[in-house]
Amino acid sequence: MKESSVWTLAWRRFRRDRLGFFSLIVVLAYVALVLGVAAGWLARDWQQETGVSFAPPTFLGAEAGASETVKALEAAQPVSDYGIPDPLGPDLAEIAKGLSGASPNEARAPTLPLGADKWGRDVLKKAVKGTETSLFIGLAAAAVATFLGTLFGALAGYRGGRVDDFFNWLYSVLTSIPYLLLVLAVAAVINQKGVLTVILILGLTGWTGIFRLVRAEYMKHKVREYVLAADAIGASNARRMFVHILPNVSHVVLVQLSLHVVLFIKSEVILTFLGFGVGVDTVSWGSMLAEAGSELLLGKWWQLTAATVFMALLVTAFSLFTDAMRDALDPRLK
Amino acid sequence: MLAYTLRRLWQFIPTLAGVVLFVFFLFNWVGGDPAYLLAGKLPNPETIANIRRQLGVDEPYAVQLWIFLKQILTGNFGASWSTNELVSQIFATRLGPSLTVLVPLLMISTLLGMAAAMLVAYVRGSLTDRAVMVGCTVAQSISILVYILVFQYVFAYQLGWFPVQGWGITFAENLLRYAMLAIIVGVAVSLAPDIRLYRTFFLDEINQDYVRTARAKGLSEARVMWVHVLRNAAIPIVTNILLQLPGLLAGAFLIERFFGIPGIGREVILAVERSDFPIIKAVTVYVAIATMIVNLVADLLYKAIDPRLQLK
Repeated sequence: MKESSVWTLAWRRFRRDRLGFFSLIVVLAYVALVLGVAAGWLARDWQQETGVSFAPPTFLGAEAGASETVKALEAAQPVSDYGIPDPLGPDLAEIAKGLSGASPNEARAPTLPLGADKWGRDVLKKAVKGTETSLFIGLAAAAVATFLGTLFGALAGYRGGRVDDFFNWLYSVLTSIPYLLLVLAVAAVINQKGVLTVILILGLTGWTGIFRLVRAEYMKHKVREYVLAADAIGASNARRMFVHILPNVSHVVLVQLSLHVVLFIKSEVILTFLGFGVGVDTVSWGSMLAEAGSELLLGKWWQLTAATVFMALLVTAFSLFTDAMRDALDPRLK
Repeated sequence: MLAYTLRRLWQFIPTLAGVVLFVFFLFNWVGGDPAYLLAGKLPNPETIANIRRQLGVDEPYAVQLWIFLKQILTGNFGASWSTNELVSQIFATRLGPSLTVLVPLLMISTLLGMAAAMLVAYVRGSLTDRAVMVGCTVAQSISILVYILVFQYVFAYQLGWFPVQGWGITFAENLLRYAMLAIIVGVAVSLAPDIRLYRTFFLDEINQDYVRTARAKGLSEARVMWVHVLRNAAIPIVTNILLQLPGLLAGAFLIERFFGIPGIGREVILAVERSDFPIIKAVTVYVAIATMIVNLVADLLYKAIDPRLQLK
């Protein structure tokens, strides 16, 4: 009989789960999209103001966006020219032209595939570019948290004694403060914006759950025969921890990594909305939702919808994929 | 039981000390010098020195830590940096509105969540079960921001069923008029995660031997589910709600902010936006202490309720 590794068996079980498999394809499509953006093939010119302000989605037609309020506002525009020639007028027009990159005379599209925001930027391109930012933050922060949680958990579980006491103490201190409050407190102190800051805030505060699970696994594994055998042939502590035990707990780590990507994508949205997330020159799903709040009152629902759908699709697929992966890696749980 | 209680209380001390040290480290060391922030535009050295003296940040760290400890013990965190309102005063006046929203929210979402979870756990593995689970995953993948924005726009702004935001004077007016939509949004957001979690609690019980015994002796399905299973599954559910409570107090900030509810969560957001450290420090320390106490109480309750745990 042919021998199959744990991973091959898990992959076979995973493939049988149709919903999980389909979710994986959706996640991979998103990853491909992000790689396309990172390589500069997609949504490179998302900052270009290609449409008119609040251009509605194409499938609605150009007139759909103009609600009563906006029409009334436009009708009430103050007269700009009182018959006195503006001495700075031509110069200002020249400067404005240089700044915007496009000449004001250049025709702006009345509609865009998914509409435009206040400045006439293409919502579809923003959503695609935002996918890159949000997914990157989720993955990077989850990588930081998983690395810390696994390292601390391995040390605490394997070493035991004082090391274990110390990390347990750190764990109970950090988990006494509710997660969102902890994130907010750290954000308030750091008081900086930017993708890197968000990744650090989320990664440094979010490792506790992974630590707990990895620690328990190491405590279970360190007394098993294969580890004792490794000790007998003279493997060092570090080698036993990371070469012998780690592959055997990697399924736990992998599932946790995946769960945390989802958690951090959702946290980024809230942080950015509160003004502690990505900077103003970056677009993420959080920054799109932050703009969408006031747009909705004007009846401009397309940016909100685009950001929500892009995010919900990825997060749903990622969650279902994680569930399927957990079932496949640990069939006893089902 | 007494020995266990004492041991748990003893473990309390290092954690509490850790939280105090962590918050101190975060705000007094990492957070650095607030004087430049408070002195406003064009600060001169004299103003900055004055502010530093007022806040005590020119003292050595040991003295600052001592001041912080005294603040925690007396509850006197001084005044807010931006509004000069006493922090204790802020706590006292903001707790009521927070609870007006949170208590009904928790009660409704728990009852609905338990009923739905029991139903899907009963028909586990069926198409209904799977559909509800996938539906919950989809509902959970939409940001809480979207729920708030859409509910507020549709039910308050478009349909006019509720005030968009605001807060009144009498309790009845607040609960029935201003807090209503906030409660509905809160229930809508927490339903999906609640159903998923409670379903696993119910599933744990449904597979137990006592359920088979109850069926074997001829009890009706309704009695098995509503009396035997429900009572046992209620233990982890109640614990879970208790543990959530302190976090919710500060965590409902988005709802409080959007609906203009003058609660603790909104105060936290304002403080974070204004770098108003005294408020954030006080909230963090007290919420952490509350969480630890609730944890302890939940553990002790567990042991008191479930005799099997006392053997360990």
